[in-house]
Amino acid sequence: MKDHDTLEHRLTEQGISRRAFLKFCAAMASLMALPPGSATAVAAALAQAKRPSVIWLSFQECTGCTESLTRSHSPTLESLIFDMISLDYHHTLQAASGFAAEKSRDDAMKAYYGKYLLLVDGSIPTKDGGVYSTIAGRSNLDLLQEAAKGAAAIVAVGTCAAFGGIPMAKPNPTGAMAVSDLIKDKPIINISGCPPIPVVITGVLAHYLTFGELPALDELGRPKAFYGETIHDRCYRRPFYDQGKFAKTFDDEGARNGWCLYELGCKGPTTHNACATTKWNGGTGFPIEAGHGCIGCSEPNFWDAGSFYTPLPAPTAEVTTVAGIAAVAGAGAAVALSALDRAKKKHMQQTHEKLTVKDLHD
Amino acid sequence: MNPQELLYWVRGTGLQISAAIFVFGMIYRMLHLALLGRKKSLAAPRGSEWGPGLRTMWRRSLVMPELSANGRFTIITGYVFHFGFLITLFFLSQHIDLLRAVLGFGWPALPRSVIDIAAILSIAAMIALLVHRIIDPVKRLLSDFQDYLSWMVTFLPLLTGFMLLRGIGFGYITLLTLHLLSVELLLIVAPFTKLAHMFSLFSARWYNGAFAGFKGVKA
Repeated sequence: MKDHDTLEHRLTEQGISRRAFLKFCAAMASLMALPPGSATAVAAALAQAKRPSVIWLSFQECTGCTESLTRSHSPTLESLIFDMISLDYHHTLQAASGFAAEKSRDDAMKAYYGKYLLLVDGSIPTKDGGVYSTIAGRSNLDLLQEAAKGAAAIVAVGTCAAFGGIPMAKPNPTGAMAVSDLIKDKPIINISGCPPIPVVITGVLAHYLTFGELPALDELGRPKAFYGETIHDRCYRRPFYDQGKFAKTFDDEGARNGWCLYELGCKGPTTHNACATTKWNGGTGFPIEAGHGCIGCSEPNFWDAGSFYTPLPAPTAEVTTVAGIAAVAGAGAAVALSALDRAKKKHMQQTHEKLTVKDLHD
Repeated sequence: MNPQELLYWVRGTGLQISAAIFVFGMIYRMLHLALLGRKKSLAAPRGSEWGPGLRTMWRRSLVMPELSANGRFTIITGYVFHFGFLITLFFLSQHIDLLRAVLGFGWPALPRSVIDIAAILSIAAMIALLVHRIIDPVKRLLSDFQDYLSWMVTFLPLLTGFMLLRGIGFGYITLLTLHLLSVELLLIVAPFTKLAHMFSLFSARWYNGAFAGFKGVKA
């Protein structure tokens, strides 16, 4: 761990030209919607950036987030940027194991207390004392609370860490919770997605290295630069939506013509993410380009938001049966009340006493 | 509750509650009306009931030539609103998606341009009718709270729906949530206000015509 190593120095060592580095900075600046001139500022700041210590904790997760990051067509500048941080603890990526691994985390937490970045993927089980996921005999909850104390900021990577994800989906047997549900006194940034886009993770880290603070966040704690718009807003199929041209099945003429996948359950309109602009697999494409609707993976509770193939206007609960029961109840109520009315009327007729002349005299 | 959870609730439980109230309320009110019954008339009928009844159902749909300009405005603008509303309601593809999920069957949608025109005309007609209701002294005197409430709960789904379709003002989630909430409000209010005319309209006309026919009044 060489603290004096600057990013520029390390990049030169690895044969990355200044030109390539500047291109990366310009891309990052535009990706984060910074003013045009700021690319130079980003470059200057990044070049001098010290490697911050990063501790990556993996809880109830599938390692998809790490896979997303490491499979970003390496070696790319993004992955090198990741090399430029001092990744002091990461289950999957570190060479050390057992006590040595735990020790490296403890050492980093001690040495960089108050300064390190804590990255978390996976949700945290809280039921039954958090026994459903433990590392080295300690519960995830315990590890998170300990590591969070000395963290400068926490980055929740992936939908599980950000919003609970699939472990929190009904019936949530482990009492899984998101990082922000448990830690209240630290700045938390949510990089949601299942998995999140690699460049979004590196973009947020680049922002942190450049400005020394976290980027502007939306109401769900996600960086606005990447989650400010919906997939629908930026979808190349949007003109078909506006014209009302929809694919009805995955292999009809509409689908072959590349029409909108709204009726096939695309959640693009309700999903905030940058897939439609940054794309995946080295910019090759994103799910909608492959002919499948967005499943809304960067939004909270997306596993419980009904079928991926239910169109957005369709109900998320059974309405027909409820309406049927209401119809029978309504008819029953009307008949019962009418019977009551009639009985009352009959009773009134039977007990009716005619007015006589004598009554008028009195 | 985050925006996604709220939307999910509105699309699910909220819709169940409002649909149940709507169906219960409408069937209860219509059936109760039908079962009210009237005392059997002992007078000899002076004409048939069915002919005049059916004729009145049709004739009340016409713009009567003897109407004043004000009356004509009300009826014609009313037509524009109703047709625009019904076209938008039953022929927008998103609405057919919903109805298909609930009813089990669907039908072809109209082109988006037709829906746009229908929706804009319908919204414009509703605004014109509201302004006329406020400006015209007779209409103003005849109007009570329920008239304005009915206008509002009908107008909101149209307005939020159009904003949603065109992405005006707010994000999609917010607009879809607002649109569904406004529709649910309409469903809950409809059976218990004069909006119940959506079902009682023709039977009420038939009843009037038939009653007149029985008495021998030329309909």
